[in-house]
Amino acid sequence: MEHLLDIKNLSVEFALRTGNLCAVRDVSLSLDSGERLGLVGESGAGKSVLGFSIINLISKPGFISGGEVIFKGDDISKYSYEKMRRIRGNRISMIFQDPMMTLNPVLTVGTQMKETLKAHMKISDKEATEICIDKLKKVYIPSPEKRLEQYPHEFSGGMRQRIVVAISLLTNPNLIIADEPTTALDVTIQAEIMDLLLELCETENMGLILITHDLAVVSEVTQRIAVLYAGRVVEIGPTETIIANPQHPYTQGLIKALPECAPGTRLNQIPGMMPSLKDMPDGCPFSPRCEFKSPRCESEIPPLRETISGGFVACFEREVKRG
Amino acid sequence: MANLLEVKNVDKHFDISGSLVDQLKLEGGKIRRKRTVVKAVNNVTLNIRQGETLSVVGESGCGKSTLARTVIGLYQPNKGEIYYGGDRIDTVTGTARRPYRTRMQMVFQDPYASLNPRMTVKQILEEPVRFHNPALDRREVRDIILTTMDQVGVNTDWIDRFPHEFSGGQRQRISLARALVLDPEFVVADEPIAALDVSIQAQILNLMMDAQEQRGLTYLFISHDLSVVEHISTRVAVMYLGCLCEVADAKELFCNPQHPYTRALLSAIPRLGGKAGGHIRLSGDVPTPINLPSGCVFHGRCPHADDRCRREIPEDVTLESGTRVACHGIEEGRI
Repeated sequence: MEHLLDIKNLSVEFALRTGNLCAVRDVSLSLDSGERLGLVGESGAGKSVLGFSIINLISKPGFISGGEVIFKGDDISKYSYEKMRRIRGNRISMIFQDPMMTLNPVLTVGTQMKETLKAHMKISDKEATEICIDKLKKVYIPSPEKRLEQYPHEFSGGMRQRIVVAISLLTNPNLIIADEPTTALDVTIQAEIMDLLLELCETENMGLILITHDLAVVSEVTQRIAVLYAGRVVEIGPTETIIANPQHPYTQGLIKALPECAPGTRLNQIPGMMPSLKDMPDGCPFSPRCEFKSPRCESEIPPLRETISGGFVACFEREVKRG
Repeated sequence: MANLLEVKNVDKHFDISGSLVDQLKLEGGKIRRKRTVVKAVNNVTLNIRQGETLSVVGESGCGKSTLARTVIGLYQPNKGEIYYGGDRIDTVTGTARRPYRTRMQMVFQDPYASLNPRMTVKQILEEPVRFHNPALDRREVRDIILTTMDQVGVNTDWIDRFPHEFSGGQRQRISLARALVLDPEFVVADEPIAALDVSIQAQILNLMMDAQEQRGLTYLFISHDLSVVEHISTRVAVMYLGCLCEVADAKELFCNPQHPYTRALLSAIPRLGGKAGGHIRLSGDVPTPINLPSGCVFHGRCPHADDRCRREIPEDVTLESGTRVACHGIEEGRI
């Protein structure tokens, strides 16, 4: 079966005076309709850049330096600006971190919602209003008719993010990319937004790419997880397998670093920190922090290989053990 | 165990009404002067025992940081009393307060904002030592700094570097070193790990727990991250809209939450390998602290609220398990 989204060997580079920095290297991912995928990693791992590059939102000096983004059979990474506009916000929507930054403070919520609709379809104002009310009901905004006339500052943080979700739903997209949608929000509101996203993906059969640093959130919402480290996918597989039986030393470290895994004792810490993009190690990017490294790890980059548990992992150590 | 710090009926209100002109409002044909007051902390009573870690949790805007700052003396409380080791400290200011300052230190949330960018690590760490111990000579000061740096895991060769040369985790280590350099008994940590990545969070938490063990520190730990709080605390206080709703032993609170707000808050924590959808959904939003609701501050969102909750402010009740909770429903045995 054809995938909804197929990313093949995608690389994104930033051209700087001092040379090119590679923020995303050789990433391959796929997503089916209705599937929920989590992109996990620490800050600087390249997860947001990867998310942006899917809808070609990388601005200069960044550019896609290689690979393909195949969406419903077409390579959208080669689309012109005009052609891409018809996909963005229409077939693929994006939800950003801070709802206060995404909504325009000087326009009413109704104006902003209708603007999106009218950009993508020929539609009368009355019809547009009806669709907006319908979508606001879907995200549980009470009395949506009145709320359409209000400005973003009249809503609370959680409601603002729900409006952003409603806007992303307007055109019934096939795929939603949510970039840290709840990082700026409190836990109770986070739970509310995540429940909502999950419910909508199921009822509307939408694909979801959830970008976050929070493993616990991802484990509750997604079916598959891709772990990014220094611009590469180091492990990808079904959520349950990755959480219960992580293969890559970095994933293992991340999970063990969570307080809930070792109540009352010292937390497991990963020594050191992520290398800067300017001076990447020659071999495996994780090798300087890895306790299992061998000489081979420092000279060669491990490719993604299938594991017994059905996932893929980029680690020589795992290969040896399996062989 | 003895109480190191006692907070009694403390209120902290902020007047945000601005200038006289801003305060004047036209009401029924008459000009009236009206003040706008944010009631950030209301009637909070809390004891911190020697050697424990007391965490204060709550959503943003619930007043947990204000409480921390009031406790350490950065804000003057509007009402109530604060005792440290039996002495009343909220009225002590200026030079008389100095001995308490060396015993109480604070670590702030954002290590990018809390370290002076124009001072080297050496200057940052030296300043408090020199100020509080003018009798020490240069070598003694240097020794204290080097040992502390060593203890928090900052390479002592970097003593002449500036904060911008360090990563977020390293900077938070320096902030912690600055707090520890005076050898305090009590440290207030206001969201010390909120700005850090997961693997770095673990490093700082471990460091804080090690320092507690070595120096016998008492922590007041402010956080919104409940899984971190569960890990580090001896006792936990839950705040909502400037009021304490529940204070309990950490284990008791997480296994057996009493207050309806605590229950909702705990059910919202995402769990590794858990399933989404089982969260208790609270209706409505947090009201503004400018116009506090009458009665119990939580009544507007509480599924168990009745007439009494809307009318009367609940008093603290201590349950058999030692949990202190302010809720009419629990007092009456309704919940």
